[in-house]
Amino acid sequence: MNIIEVVNLSKNFKTKKGFITAVKDVSFNVKRGELFGFLGPNGAGKTTTINILCTLLAPTSGRAALNSYDIVSNPNEVRQSIGLVFQDPSLDERLTARENLEFHAMLYNVPKSLRNDRIKYVLKMVELYERKDDMVNTFSGGMKRRLEIARGLLHYPKVLFLDEPTLGLDPQTRSHIWEYIHQLRKKEDITIFLTTHYMAEAENCDRVAIIDYGEIIAIDSPDNLKKQIGGDVVSLVAEEKAMAKKTIEKEYSVSVMEDDGKLYFEVKEGETFLPKFIKKADFKILSISLRRPTLEDVFLKLTGRHIREEAAEADTALKIHARRLRK
Amino acid sequence: MGPDEMNRNLMGIYTIWLRDVRRFWRDKPRIIGATIQPALFLFLLGTGLGKGIIGAFGKDLQGDYLSFIYPGIIGMSILFTSIFSAISIIWDREIGFLKEVMVAPISRWAVAVGKAFGGSTVSVFQGCLMLIFAPFVNVHINLIMVATLIPLIFLIAFSITSLGIVAAARMRSMQGFQVIMNFLVLPMFFLSGAMFPITNLPKWMDIFIAINPLTYGVDALRGVILGMNNYPIIMDVGLVAGFGIVMIAVAMVIFGKGE
Ligand SMILES: Nc1ncnc2c1ncn2[C@@H]1O[C@H](COP(=O)(O)OP(=O)(O)O)[C@@H](O)[C@H]1O
Ligand SMILES: [Mg+2]
Repeated sequence: MNIIEVVNLSKNFKTKKGFITAVKDVSFNVKRGELFGFLGPNGAGKTTTINILCTLLAPTSGRAALNSYDIVSNPNEVRQSIGLVFQDPSLDERLTARENLEFHAMLYNVPKSLRNDRIKYVLKMVELYERKDDMVNTFSGGMKRRLEIARGLLHYPKVLFLDEPTLGLDPQTRSHIWEYIHQLRKKEDITIFLTTHYMAEAENCDRVAIIDYGEIIAIDSPDNLKKQIGGDVVSLVAEEKAMAKKTIEKEYSVSVMEDDGKLYFEVKEGETFLPKFIKKADFKILSISLRRPTLEDVFLKLTGRHIREEAAEADTALKIHARRLRK
Repeated sequence: MGPDEMNRNLMGIYTIWLRDVRRFWRDKPRIIGATIQPALFLFLLGTGLGKGIIGAFGKDLQGDYLSFIYPGIIGMSILFTSIFSAISIIWDREIGFLKEVMVAPISRWAVAVGKAFGGSTVSVFQGCLMLIFAPFVNVHINLIMVATLIPLIFLIAFSITSLGIVAAARMRSMQGFQVIMNFLVLPMFFLSGAMFPITNLPKWMDIFIAINPLTYGVDALRGVILGMNNYPIIMDVGLVAGFGIVMIAVAMVIFGKGE
């Protein structure tokens, strides 16, 4: 059964320079109980798609249904069915953790008799119960994120949207957040829709849609996506790049991609291939490595580009830092 | 709209109201600041202007200048408090909290109404706090007066908060706040009759004073407190209420359209 159905969804934004199409004729379904991921670089249209599905933005064309409610004609039912963790912080920092949750529970009509128990339950789940009466502005970035996850779960949503849930967090906190996500899947009857530009995180999903320039360019389980890559990935740095590229392509009839000064190509049974390859090479190899394909390779193959995690990460970290400073 | 949906919206209004009141109550520096500022206007500016230029006022004023501007200063306190409450929408948008409200399963117009009630409640509190200065300006306040003033202040505050919500509804940054201060709040204050009598003024000023809702608010306050109103109080109340209804309706429509 599909909990989310999206058909030919598009979104244009009017800007000073004219229209930009942030989401381009996108269609996909999410099955109930699935952990579904949107993977794509910054500006791919992930947040825009989520904003449409959660009724914050109206689509330019196409339609979508969530929990079998149409997002345009039944917005309130859609909103009641979803929990949201936005990409950017959205807590009232001058209220306590408990007050933030209370506010949410009231807005979402959680009956008064259940409210306190439910607040306690979600706070315990994200290990913030001891801090319930502290002002949110005393929390660390990771704690705020956890509180937002708790808030998103408060009203028993059918779908939990997590827009870049680990963005700007340190690696330890990131893996901590992932523990909650896995735990959630075990404990609750819930569908999780998350976006990320971290390849490694997308590997955790049941199914991944790779999105680039507003279009879904592939959608499948991480394993199936990686099967598109014919075996293992060899990456090497050669002294004469152009020559090396030509030689490899001719000799082994593979297509060699170039990125960041490195050459990449795919081979079957890399372990036995590599020694033979090095011996035979008539160009100077400065370094060489072999690895199993990752979603990064899938993205590279489909788009000819890297997602460039580092650049994106530094960029957003800076933005978040700037935002914090302004307060 | 079904009864269930109406209940949700009422709950939403209450929730938004509660947050504003809670945050106000917790922000003691704000309460103190919002009390001291009008007090400075009243005692420093009031004494200076009153004693310094007294001759110019002699004719129009029964009693002294301090007691004349006292209701005007209450009006100023209501004006500032209401606008500040409304402006918090811009702040909520900047910290992302507004999104949390906008995806809640309540109608978006209810957000505007909740905000308007929140601002009004806070203003009633601040306005009534101004009553502690009555003995220092030779004004006698009795219980009946207080009972009349509370709904009156609420009405004025509701109108002005709604106006502020309309002004803030589409603003994306706190810079807009300066614009609102300079082009809305200060002119409204100066051209309301809060600090000087509005009789015998040049024509061009009369026009601005006539279209300023605060003029009628201050007039009604002065009527209740000093019995010195230019217009019938029923007319003051009617005009302020009418303005408020139009403003809250506009605010509800703007919010209904979404972000
Ligand atoms: N409100 C807006 N007005 C104009 N352009 C926008 C707006 N929101 C997003 N965009 C543009 O739409 C594209 C997709 O953005 P977004 O959905 O935020 O991407 P992602 O979440 O994948 O990083 C980007 O080019 C972005 O600049
Ligand atoms: Mg995004």
